[in-house]
Amino acid sequence: MTPTVHARSRFRLVDVLLTGTVGLSARRLRAAFSALGICIGTAAIIGVLGVTQSSEADLLTQIDRLGTNLLTVEKGQGIGGAEEPLPLTARPMIGVLPGVQRVSPTAVLPGGVYRTDLVPAYETGGIGLRATDPSLMLTLNASLLSGGFLNPATSRYPVAVLGFGAAQALGISRLDDPVRIWAAGRWLTVVGVLEPVELAPEIDRSVLVGLDFATSDLGFDGFPTRLYVRADPDRVGGISSVLARTANPENPDQVKVSRPSDALAARLAVQGSATSLFLGLGAVALLVGGVGVANVMVISVLERRSEIGLRRALGATRTHVGLQFLSESLLLSSLGGAAGVAAGVAVTATYATQQGWTVLVPVTAVWGGMLAAVAVGTIAGLYPALRASRMAPTDALRTV
Amino acid sequence: MSAALALAAVWKRYPGDPPVETLRDVSLSIDAGELVAVVGPSGSGKTTLLHLMGTLDRPTQGEVRVSGQSVSRLSDVELSGLRAHHLGFVFQQFFLLEGVSILDNVANGLLYRGLPLGQRRAQAEEALLRVGLGHRMRQRPNQLSGGERQRVAIARALVGRPAIVLADEPTGNLDTASGRAIVDLLHELNGDGTTIAVITHNREVAAAMRRRVEIRDGRIVGDSSVAA
Repeated sequence: MTPTVHARSRFRLVDVLLTGTVGLSARRLRAAFSALGICIGTAAIIGVLGVTQSSEADLLTQIDRLGTNLLTVEKGQGIGGAEEPLPLTARPMIGVLPGVQRVSPTAVLPGGVYRTDLVPAYETGGIGLRATDPSLMLTLNASLLSGGFLNPATSRYPVAVLGFGAAQALGISRLDDPVRIWAAGRWLTVVGVLEPVELAPEIDRSVLVGLDFATSDLGFDGFPTRLYVRADPDRVGGISSVLARTANPENPDQVKVSRPSDALAARLAVQGSATSLFLGLGAVALLVGGVGVANVMVISVLERRSEIGLRRALGATRTHVGLQFLSESLLLSSLGGAAGVAAGVAVTATYATQQGWTVLVPVTAVWGGMLAAVAVGTIAGLYPALRASRMAPTDALRTV
Repeated sequence: MSAALALAAVWKRYPGDPPVETLRDVSLSIDAGELVAVVGPSGSGKTTLLHLMGTLDRPTQGEVRVSGQSVSRLSDVELSGLRAHHLGFVFQQFFLLEGVSILDNVANGLLYRGLPLGQRRAQAEEALLRVGLGHRMRQRPNQLSGGERQRVAIARALVGRPAIVLADEPTGNLDTASGRAIVDLLHELNGDGTTIAVITHNREVAAAMRRRVEIRDGRIVGDSSVAA
């Protein structure tokens, strides 16, 4: 027998992809639906990462803006969470500590605050009355929504400044005409409304009056219940460790010192753990999408038996047939993944813009999401491709 | 002159109880340039014979040679190469891809030879002109009549100028007039030098061929070229 140099069949890579595209375009609706599964999974992953990244960045700028050098000093809270008085010496002693920039005392006063004297006493709306001095504004780095803050003069008179939440609860939005409120059994004139104070939410829910007025008219005994301390940013650690002893040298363990910016930092951490949960859900969605692709591909292989037979007759090897189906599922998942990335970015942009955040989508999320989609599609396509490649030509050509 | 296709003492047995023998000791040689009809009733083993001739299946016993090449020891990859370069198929059901233009359906006949798309299309155009469908190249298969579809399938089988074209009941799904036109086309192509084997149960189709091989119960019971 004369040895014949044998011409092999060849299936160029371009043609593999082209054939895959043709296979999909012949069944567009089905392809679209199975790609949708992958799309939703990828969009969920990108969206979760994008939204958390954007909100984290926002929290970080918030922390930067508010500063991490604000400390609060209060006596360990009594039963029911009410603030307890601190010693009279606390404020002057803390004020002379090196590195302390500002100290402002506040004291919770008894009595509810009402819009008018006709409101029943039990409808406090969760608002409290609090005495403070004019320095609080600077210590908290707070800003005014309207009107002015307490000053040494007005501190002696029945005037009040409302926290943002308190103003909302009382239904006061404009100060063009004189507004009065009913607090601790007397009328107070509202002179100002504060913007929200992120680091001191208790101020938001308070109606603030001057210490002098509180002492003279409301029977205030002069004991502060909470001090706000603004410290040198470089010495915050050292100062916070001596604050308790300084505030109450006899019983330092009864004093609670806290750093409100820690709460924001804690929110970052909480968000981090929520992210992994949602990311897990996104991954599950992607997996379900992959199962959908596998399902569609298996059906496709069964339906296209005669096409497989024809291709074998035209000279396709087993591998060529397998490659064709694998490329279809790869294309399907890439399309789904790309659409998912776009949708995820769109969701992030919409949500972040609504929240007033800067839109941030991590680059790793984009290619990671795309990669995950492609990987899922490939794995989903493996079994159907294997089935297609193993089909004997004579079986494939047999018409039922 | 060497045979384009030759079968020597070929048996095909399917295991079972009792085993089914669809081909029994079949020997057949088709020379280049021949137009042969393999004719027999259904169940006679015609399709099995076509599958063996087309290397889509292997004989249980005996030898099949395509272009002088014995196929028994070839791997799946080598057999696929043989089909891509030496064999062309025409099926009763046409097997055209619905989502693809006529031109690309024919160009697919060269897909597994690794030729670039432009070259495949150029040759496909030529093949379509040969079967008289030059004007319908951009259309989709569903816009064509059954007879036209079969012409497309024939163009696809021809496009690579294979050593032999195997046609399995090419007129089986067509009305008499279209069937006759297909037979005429096969004659015409054979006149141009294409080796063609037509498998059919239709005596009229078979009668139109120069050489007729009759098969019954897996055995060749008549060969007009031998008888003559």
